[in-house]
Amino acid sequence: MSHSAPAMGKRPSTLRGATLPKWSPWAIAAGAVVLAVVIGLVGGLDSKVQWGLIAGILFVLGTYGIAARVEGRRQAKDRVATSLVWVCFLIAVVPLASLIWTTVKRGVKVFDIYFLTHSMGVVADSEPGGGIYHAIIGTLEQVGLATLIAAPIGVLTAVYLVEYGRGKLSTAITFFVDVMTGIPSIVAGLFILSLMLILDLEPFGFAGSLALAILMMPVVVRSTEEMLKLVPNELREASLALGVPKWRTILKVVLPTSIGGITTGVMLAVARITGETAPVLLLVWGTNFINTNPFSGAQASLPLYIYQQYANSAGSNAAYDRAWAAALALIAFVMILNMVARGIARWKAPKTGR
Amino acid sequence: MDISTQNTDEAPPPTSQPSAALQKRASRGATRPGDRIFLGLSRGSGIFLLVIMAAIAVFLTYRASLAISKDHGNFLTTFEWNTNTIPPVFGIAVLAFGTVVSSIIAMALAVPVAVAIALFITHYAPRRLSGPVAYVIDLLAAVPSIVYGLWGALVLVPHMNGLFGWLDKYFGWTGIFSWQGGAPRSMLTVSILLAIMILPIITNVSREVFRQVPQMHEEAALALGATRWEVIRMSVLPFGRSGVISASMLGLGRALGETMAVATVLSPTFDINASLLDPGGGTFAQNIASKFGEATADGRDALIASGLVLFVITLLVNGAARVIIARRAEYSGANA
Repeated sequence: MSHSAPAMGKRPSTLRGATLPKWSPWAIAAGAVVLAVVIGLVGGLDSKVQWGLIAGILFVLGTYGIAARVEGRRQAKDRVATSLVWVCFLIAVVPLASLIWTTVKRGVKVFDIYFLTHSMGVVADSEPGGGIYHAIIGTLEQVGLATLIAAPIGVLTAVYLVEYGRGKLSTAITFFVDVMTGIPSIVAGLFILSLMLILDLEPFGFAGSLALAILMMPVVVRSTEEMLKLVPNELREASLALGVPKWRTILKVVLPTSIGGITTGVMLAVARITGETAPVLLLVWGTNFINTNPFSGAQASLPLYIYQQYANSAGSNAAYDRAWAAALALIAFVMILNMVARGIARWKAPKTGR
Repeated sequence: MDISTQNTDEAPPPTSQPSAALQKRASRGATRPGDRIFLGLSRGSGIFLLVIMAAIAVFLTYRASLAISKDHGNFLTTFEWNTNTIPPVFGIAVLAFGTVVSSIIAMALAVPVAVAIALFITHYAPRRLSGPVAYVIDLLAAVPSIVYGLWGALVLVPHMNGLFGWLDKYFGWTGIFSWQGGAPRSMLTVSILLAIMILPIITNVSREVFRQVPQMHEEAALALGATRWEVIRMSVLPFGRSGVISASMLGLGRALGETMAVATVLSPTFDINASLLDPGGGTFAQNIASKFGEATADGRDALIASGLVLFVITLLVNGAARVIIARRAEYSGANA
């Protein structure tokens, strides 16, 4: 969408009113900042946030006043709207930048090979040392099992909706898949918990996988559905016209064509459930020891490890450092998954129409 | 298959006997076992999803009914959560209040910013910038909630002192913003953190809607001499209004169910506090996460009961959002 402002013509035209030069927003911004600093120093305000607020207010008022004088009120409103939109964008960037910066800065302190290959087995929560090996194992097993359950069911459901679905059943499935994406993760955890209470089971890794699978399925369905819809109908018709049965058409033509997009969707869903803490907290409990069997006994998990290091540490800096380092590992894992998924999507994008 | 059955119906009676049989065999031959198995599998998966949804409702209701029958307080109005005492006394009034208030404030904070960012991506940013910005927003969505929680508790909370002092000084008289000077682990901090967390989903949905605004509407407005802001106000925002509403509701749904970020930041108390700045209140999800460790069997059922209420609330909010989106898709298809 091109919305390069048509107002900024180069030829001076008598049909157009006076316009401010291109550098004027920067000049007004600089003036506002200088004025805010002066006010801050004279008024003795020590909070930098207040200085920023004053500068922002001065900038908006200044822009409106000057533009209204030179260009007219409508143009002035346009300029104020533009600056507000820019400000909102910058507001959104601040927390993300702060979050990434803090995680990296505080995470690298204890993040090394030792940290990745040792568990918390003999380390008290408040002491330095220990690592996330047990948590990595737990997360990989739980998420892997959840993916094994959720990916086939999700893809098959999407195939049904796109290739077969007509009538009330598919409408109902579409609606409830949408609603299901909004289920809070803790409710999925409580559902499995209620089953475990009825069957009288102790916490174990696979229970967490089941809850994660519930959270993952609708995401897979949605993304796969979008991808299957992108497969051109000509391909299906060509295959059917050759006498190939529908199920082989789907398996040999439709799914291979869209496999890149489906993989991307599954990987994004994996990235999403990897960071889920609440169901794991309820169903897997967490432990300081290495437990490689997801079907018996409490297991650790990376997000749960972060929470427990934070919550059980009673303000010990060693535990906070471990929490940040684990957060760094988790973010790195999720981001890498995201990037690889997007890379696959770009590389194997289905050829549409022409 | 449809065509073959139609042919049999229209075939003249005298010759229909052999040809009908042939048609029948032919059409039966067309549905090969592979087809039937595959259809069965894919339909089965779809039905399985519906069964899960139903099972969630049934099992939560069952465990919740066990808990409520043992409750010696009023489940809806009691201001207490003592599930380990005999008899257990608990109620969801505080949790419902805290959940709704924190989520609605978060939504109110996030929606204007999110809409502005969506406009920035679709209409304001230089083309070279809009791709990376959209990517940054996606990154915000990919950060796990527990990391937001850690960041909120260790970075955001200390930074709130200044804002709280300022709010208390100038708006303390309203009662909503009065502050007794405790650690700023209060509802307002939670709401701000939630707002940051639901920003991406609102932005992404709004962005999609703004992208679908017919180019003709915008060009017509431009041709009439409208400024860029006037184009947005006259053609983009009216077209996208229902989309933005449903996007906000999706964000609200997220905020209602957020667990770990609230559990790490809030220092909960079991009462309703008029001030958003003083510690107090709690949310459904946060209460489940923090009370779960010490809960007995009855206590867990009580937590499941509160989870059922959360489930119903999010179901209603998300369902309403989807209905609005779906209705919108119907009429937008015509002039796309």
